[in-house]
Amino acid sequence: MSNVPNELKYAPSHEWIRAEGDGVYTVGITEHAQELLGDMVFVELPEVGDNVAAGDDVAVAESVKAASDIYAPIAGEVLAVNEELEDSPELVNSDPYGDGWLFKLKADDESELESLLDAEGYAASIDED
Amino acid sequence: MATMAKDTAAQRTPLYNNHVQAGAKMVDFHGWEMPINYGSQIEEHHAVRRDVGMFDVSHMTIVDVTGRDAKPYLRHLLANDVAKLTTPGKALYSAMLNEEGGVIDDLIVYFFNEDSYRLVVNSATRDKDMAWLELQSGEFDVAITERTEFAMIALQGPNAKAIVANLMSAEQHALVSELKPFVGVQLDDLFVATTGYTGEAGYEIIIPNDNVADVWEKLRALGVQPCGLGARDTLRLEAGMNLYGQDMDETVSPLAANMGWSVAFEPADRNFVGRSALEALKAAGTEKLVGLVMEEKGVLRGGLKVMVDGGEGVITSGTFSPTLGYSIAMARVPLPVGETAQVEMRKKLVTVKVVKPSFVRNGKAVVSG
Repeated sequence: MSNVPNELKYAPSHEWIRAEGDGVYTVGITEHAQELLGDMVFVELPEVGDNVAAGDDVAVAESVKAASDIYAPIAGEVLAVNEELEDSPELVNSDPYGDGWLFKLKADDESELESLLDAEGYAASIDED
Repeated sequence: MATMAKDTAAQRTPLYNNHVQAGAKMVDFHGWEMPINYGSQIEEHHAVRRDVGMFDVSHMTIVDVTGRDAKPYLRHLLANDVAKLTTPGKALYSAMLNEEGGVIDDLIVYFFNEDSYRLVVNSATRDKDMAWLELQSGEFDVAITERTEFAMIALQGPNAKAIVANLMSAEQHALVSELKPFVGVQLDDLFVATTGYTGEAGYEIIIPNDNVADVWEKLRALGVQPCGLGARDTLRLEAGMNLYGQDMDETVSPLAANMGWSVAFEPADRNFVGRSALEALKAAGTEKLVGLVMEEKGVLRGGLKVMVDGGEGVITSGTFSPTLGYSIAMARVPLPVGETAQVEMRKKLVTVKVVKPSFVRNGKAVVSG
């Protein structure tokens, strides 16, 4: 059974999002997602300064098995991207909720968080897979 | 993201419990429940290139062909010529063709004597292969016997030779160490052959079902990395070895699948199945299987369109090469082919380099990126 941390919110498309305070949110993909994809070989990240809408495909996680689009869970401005992934994409596999984070957003509208899944809801959604 | 379909009727090899116990992620592979990886397929891949790894290949089909007409039957059945085999244990790679010159399967045939041969064919094609073997036996005086009582482990990598010593006596190991590539020898209850699907030195070992778990655990205790189908695919693709069903099938001739070398047109009077169709294809000119290399980010994948000077072709197999650190592929394309090709990837055209379909052998790059 995959680890689904309680303190995070989730998109049904397997992204997680964590509040860092001041309207800043970190985004990554879940442990379940990296298990499905297998060993990561490239991660394409958005540009810092990009303005993204909720549901935009903003990054690509390319594994030995498949290339998978990653969607912005909420709208906002990209404040930072995880440059470590350039040389070490395997961090997404080994530490999906920590060192394998993808990008940070400054939220346009924090109320968008309410439409995302909590840990229980996400865990139930992947149980059905 | 799609998840694997669960097939409740899936077959299991005698090593199923060993895989689960080793933490394998099991998937359905043409009706067999097989390990895709034991954690990281890239680490498994590197283990085979740098040290030693082992694969459960018990799902493969072992068929013995015996009887007075075994040799003429196989000379009729196979595109390669078993008459080349004169030393007991010697093997060759061959296509088995239909009358249209398409590949029904690729296989390895071992020679024991002129009345006794062993074929190892793919598992995915087992049913149609067995039916074809029977159909083609016609008037030939042969017995075709599937050997389901055997399992098989592939032990592959630069340290395979040292590790295999633990499975046999010193005398037997001395014999095995002297074996040239593509030879098998029966040693008590092990049939040990210098064959493989990785581009590394190593062995494929046929073992009675009842003993295979002991052998597997013995190898594990010696530190041999268990490797799944994921690593098997990246290793064989780096080595430029075809995968049946992807790089060729019944609609593709061996000439269009980089298997022309395995078709024995000489002697000219050997009328093997598919010969006349192949001769016509050869005269008309066929497509060609080439290698592709892409050094920029991204991964070439099977099914993508490829444009070359001669027109449009298709990637038959593509992957990220863990050894090279960039993507490689095999593609079937019309002639002529220049030094580069264009691949349509994620809505844009990317220029890739065209090379011979062989990328890594014995741990070393054989393409210049």
